[in-house]
Amino acid sequence: MNRIDLTRTALMAVGGLGIMMLGGCEPGPKQTTQNGYRGAGLDQIVDVRHMIKTAAIPDAPYPLPPDGGPKAGETYQNVKVLSGLSTERFNHLMAEISQWIAPPEQGCAYCHNPENMASDEKYTKVVARRMLQMTQAINSTWSPHVQKVGVTCYTCHRGNGVPAYKWALPTGAPHPGSILGNRHDQNELSPDAAYSDLPTTGFADYLYGSNNIRVYGTTALPKYDGTGASVQTAEKTYGLMMHMSKALGVNCTFCHNTQAFGVWNLSRPQRATAWYGIRMVRDINNTYISSLKSVFPDNHDRKGPLGDPYKVNCMTCHQGQNKPLGGVSMLAQAPALWGPIPAFVKPGAASAAATPVAPASPVPLAMNATAAKPAMK
Amino acid sequence: MARYQNMFTQVQVRGPLEAGPPLRDASFTRTGTGFYNYWIGKFGNAQIGPVYLGTLGMASLMFAFLSFEIIGLNMWASVNWNPIQFVRQLPWLALEPPGPEYGFSMFVPLDKGGWWLIAGFCMTTSLLLWFLRTYRRARSLGMGTHVAWAFAAGIFLILTLGFIRPMLMGSWAEAVPFGIFPHLDWTAAFSIRYGNLFYNPFHCLSIAFLYGSTLLFAMHGATILAVGRYGGEREIEQITDRGTASERAALFWRWTMGFNATMESIHRWAWWFAVLTPLTGGIGILLTGTVVDNWYLWAVMHHYAPGYPGTGVIDPATLPGAPK
Repeated sequence: MNRIDLTRTALMAVGGLGIMMLGGCEPGPKQTTQNGYRGAGLDQIVDVRHMIKTAAIPDAPYPLPPDGGPKAGETYQNVKVLSGLSTERFNHLMAEISQWIAPPEQGCAYCHNPENMASDEKYTKVVARRMLQMTQAINSTWSPHVQKVGVTCYTCHRGNGVPAYKWALPTGAPHPGSILGNRHDQNELSPDAAYSDLPTTGFADYLYGSNNIRVYGTTALPKYDGTGASVQTAEKTYGLMMHMSKALGVNCTFCHNTQAFGVWNLSRPQRATAWYGIRMVRDINNTYISSLKSVFPDNHDRKGPLGDPYKVNCMTCHQGQNKPLGGVSMLAQAPALWGPIPAFVKPGAASAAATPVAPASPVPLAMNATAAKPAMK
Repeated sequence: MARYQNMFTQVQVRGPLEAGPPLRDASFTRTGTGFYNYWIGKFGNAQIGPVYLGTLGMASLMFAFLSFEIIGLNMWASVNWNPIQFVRQLPWLALEPPGPEYGFSMFVPLDKGGWWLIAGFCMTTSLLLWFLRTYRRARSLGMGTHVAWAFAAGIFLILTLGFIRPMLMGSWAEAVPFGIFPHLDWTAAFSIRYGNLFYNPFHCLSIAFLYGSTLLFAMHGATILAVGRYGGEREIEQITDRGTASERAALFWRWTMGFNATMESIHRWAWWFAVLTPLTGGIGILLTGTVVDNWYLWAVMHHYAPGYPGTGVIDPATLPGAPK
């Protein structure tokens, strides 16, 4: 082989390698939106062909019946959360829950003993009761996050008994005191940090624990009081932010102005929505899911390796869209989920027991007032 | 008949291998007698070696090997010694420094950052020994020590990132992890934590010198290649005995931009630009967290951050009754 042939072969090899490396690119049309002041780079760039499409929302099993007639607490035994709901609406909601969550081959029997529907013998029924309280609490007290769209069981479950996107507490080092298999909960190909190698402990630290995400310096000069966050702590918050970005299908500038990540007056309103979302998820994981620890069976469909029930994060509802289900509200077909319903009281019982104690509002009342609640007839 | 050209068809001269002058102040002789390699000759001198390693070179390589092995074996252990996963996940793997709970302690459990300390110590020792080696080899050849001091500028930046700044901050958790993606993540997290490094004036200077270095390198390389047909690549001769190559190159730049560096001064320009890149960058790192906590707010304080219209968004934590 002469020298020119060799050179040609080498050039072709280099050129071929270059073309192969283009395989990492995402060809196809992009949609660009400017969301902030010009020059500040507050842009969203969407790969139109790979955008997450809104999942088909199932039709109601049958049209929503009018609210009237006997209450569920009158008709059925052992109704604790929805006793004040009309029997017609109660049955409709049960049919919806079955459609949204239960495997089709099991239907009502997923939660109920068909011989005795009132029995709490199946743990799934006890869980469902707590989840109903949770859904009502989300819609009534977390309106700064869920707005007027609200959530239903379907927002997370999407036809699955256990929502597809969930997490559990990390196990830590597999061999304590050894480097063997020890990834320090980072530096791994994990979808939890959107395949970056940032730490994945953000769920436990910020969506379950109440650590503060604010690592950004608040003064120009150091305070020398030991309160400044370390770079490693900043990395933990960064890992959580990567999760949020992936879960919502948006980039950093959907909420932040990269000129000054921590400055609120330069951020978009979406950042405040997310701020409430973080606290809402924390409330869900602590108040509702953790309270079911003893109810869930000890198997790895329901609990993580440390025996804690699977918890929610942003992906559980959002699933790649900045508004879950494309922003479509399903609450019109399940109005009982808007908030706690006054319990049914047998005539003659003390009226003081008629009003259930409303959960303490975790959000400012002024924000709460913006939640439009349709009148319960 | 082959013709002398200064690009890739350079004629490779073959003859007795060049041994260079006898070694002075040396503890070893050189290793072997050297050899020719045709393909290496395509990029530079076809003669490889003989290498002089000496005491400092051997010690430096030993410490470099130790640090490389400690980092590599830690990464490999983290994937349970699986060779396929080691290759597949290599860009993600890391050797992390100790956490904030250890402060600046020298005694950290090996799996909690102790290996990082040892690897960092070995790497630093290796770099310093190699610096001494470049210094002594230059002296031995009767040269100036410019290469050694340029290398020292780079070592200053590395030491600032991994030792001096963590010492001033009192925490190893401020230091950079070893790893391909992990050290990049550190960079991004560092900038976010300290309020956007782009507002750090020394970061600006470092970027200016870095980009300036590439510009100067391109201008100088292009000029010398362009006058290669007049013997311009024999730069040292042109410094003392300015010929037509040097005259044309100078005239070209005076015509183009009114000013020309000289055959001698262009190399000072290049040296200082290259050296000032890590020096100014290192100063910028050194000031971050120690005397400035948020570079954006510092820029606001000194009236040089551009002010964009506010969005009116209020920190929800400041509203009455806000959740924690």
